[in-house]
Amino acid sequence: MLTGTGTMKRALRSGDAALAIEARGLVKRFDDTLAVDGVDIAVPTGSIYGILGPNGAGKTTTLRMLLGIIDPDEGVRRVFGHDRPHEVSRLIGYLPEERGLYPAMKSDEAIAFMGALRGLPLDEGRRRGRDLLETHGLGHAIDRQIRQLSKGMAQTVQLLGTLVHQPRLVVFDEPFSGLDAINQGKLEVLIRDLAAKGTTVIFSTHVIAHAERLCEQIAIIAGGKVPFAGDVDTARDRIPAQVRLETRRGEGPWRAAIPADARHESKSGGGHFWSFPVPDAGIEAMLRPLIEGEAGILSLSIERAGLHDAFVAIAGEAAARELQQDKGEAPR
Amino acid sequence: MNAERLSIWQAAYVIARRDFFAILLSKAFLFFLLGPLFFGGISVAAGALGAKAASSAEPPRLAVAMSERDNAAFAETHRRLRDAVELPAIERLSVEEGGKPRALLADGTRNFGAVLTGTLASPELTGTPEQIGRWQGPVALVAAEAAGGDLLLPPVALVPTRSSSADTRSLRVGTATAGITLLFLLTMLLAGMVLSNLVEEKANKIIEILAAAIPMDAVFLGKLFAMLAISFVGIAVWGAVAAIVLALGAAAIPPLPAPAVGWPLFIALFVVYFSLAYLLIGSVFLTVGSMAATVRDVQTLSMPATILQLAVFFLATFAMTDTGSAIEILACVFPLSSPYAMVARAAQEPQLWTHGVALVWQVAWVAIFVRTGARLFRRRVMKSGPAAVSRKKPKRSPA
Repeated sequence: MLTGTGTMKRALRSGDAALAIEARGLVKRFDDTLAVDGVDIAVPTGSIYGILGPNGAGKTTTLRMLLGIIDPDEGVRRVFGHDRPHEVSRLIGYLPEERGLYPAMKSDEAIAFMGALRGLPLDEGRRRGRDLLETHGLGHAIDRQIRQLSKGMAQTVQLLGTLVHQPRLVVFDEPFSGLDAINQGKLEVLIRDLAAKGTTVIFSTHVIAHAERLCEQIAIIAGGKVPFAGDVDTARDRIPAQVRLETRRGEGPWRAAIPADARHESKSGGGHFWSFPVPDAGIEAMLRPLIEGEAGILSLSIERAGLHDAFVAIAGEAAARELQQDKGEAPR
Repeated sequence: MNAERLSIWQAAYVIARRDFFAILLSKAFLFFLLGPLFFGGISVAAGALGAKAASSAEPPRLAVAMSERDNAAFAETHRRLRDAVELPAIERLSVEEGGKPRALLADGTRNFGAVLTGTLASPELTGTPEQIGRWQGPVALVAAEAAGGDLLLPPVALVPTRSSSADTRSLRVGTATAGITLLFLLTMLLAGMVLSNLVEEKANKIIEILAAAIPMDAVFLGKLFAMLAISFVGIAVWGAVAAIVLALGAAAIPPLPAPAVGWPLFIALFVVYFSLAYLLIGSVFLTVGSMAATVRDVQTLSMPATILQLAVFFLATFAMTDTGSAIEILACVFPLSSPYAMVARAAQEPQLWTHGVALVWQVAWVAIFVRTGARLFRRRVMKSGPAAVSRKKPKRSPA
């Protein structure tokens, strides 16, 4: 649930200029399917915001409602303070999950057309399109039809079309899907560059690593609901930091200093691993009995929880499993 | 660039401009230009239909304008013989009325094929050469019988005229049939093309980009008007070709029967009614297309719309033979058939006020169709139900 609901209510009433997008209680049904069930989101201007969840969680439907592509059955949303996102269409760029361009159009025309949809004059769109294509290494494709381009090149053309009118808010729906590792890296750089110039970037993903590397704030969507929306650090802090301890001995009077529910693994070479949350009293009080009891400390570290662990804690094991299956990974 | 959005007309123009040039440079437009050849084939069949319609139109009558006594005897004999012999319907007129037979024949409201004057012993028949030639025998037979049956068939004096209102009416039915058929073929071609265009957008997954940037009403309007503009290009090309053909072979081509409102106004009305007919059926096709999830669905769902279009065509063709009847008025009022029925009216009836009313009526329905279509389009086209995991809405406990 969004923290600070009162703040949200005030923002929705006044149209908080610090928020690029604000939404409250968004609900969307498709016949008997409840796709989104009461989503609250507040995206600060100039931030990189991730919407995280497995496929079918409601990410795309939420984005479509935020952009005015579909209307919510319940709830309110504002983009730059406007109830109707189309009213600020010129400020928005959108790259949908299902990429598409007119196959017979030339690359620069396709970019110019996407700009024209957002109010950019065609001639200016063509000029900027050619410049963008040159800058992104596609100068040779300016006069080529989309059908003559590779899939990756066509994706780049569409991405440039999304940015040609220099929007203040860019929304990417699953932008990393279908890209190889090199192009994923380039896209991450591009997103950081956009944010550095003050552009608000929202993207949905089911790959936690992208969100962890890029986002300042995230919303976790699972089962059409948002169990968490806020800072990435706040999400990670939902799980206490973990103490990772390695000792030579496995038993002794010092054992009482280690929490009873600590995870314990015996190493084949004789060592022992211990893992447990940082005690409320800190670890200093625990160290003395270990040293005096000659536990044989081999290593000691305190590790902050990752976003994946936070996701599991917030959205549940089932959602995490779905997320990993979406990525083609075996559940951890 | 300021923060304002494009107006709906600006946005529609962006869509229309893209679609217009894309279609103009496509093979589909070539096929569209070849449409008249297709029309030529169809018109042979339509000609048969038109001839049937012309023959089923109210047959011309014989105006009987002799003395009162001769008129009564002629009418009584006509009543007696008409079951045994094929005779034209008659209407009795006074001698004074019959004094100006050419005026009677020119009166479009009375549908006279010929006027009979003189006496039973010496009848005189005024009309077009074809009509008086056809009716000469029956008139002589009835006159002989009416005179007592002792006379030989009296000689019928024939006074030929260039045309009669009945002839004109019959020919105008042909003009009306041609107008309706052309309207039907054009709208059918265009509706098919607009549907193909939508299928292309669905296949290319462009539609979400459009929906995100501009209101769906603008997408709708843009697509509709792009195709309309394409049709005007086609009509201009065909018109130029037709003008050249007419200029080169004017002598060899028989003169076309002039419609009741005259050629210039008829052509203007045809273009307007064509535009409205296309916008009505085009919005239906676009709406149908929006409800389909796949290309196959589009083809399946468009069938009822095609059948509706055919039904409208046949209704208008059937109704035009009986101007002013309940079925013809129904055809004029029903929004989808109204443009067809009014084209037929323009060919057959000279009144203009009915067109003013019909145009206002049809424009209102175009607005309703486009608005409703756009709303349904917006609601259905971006639906992503099947991909989502079914989650039944939990019942809320009463507050």
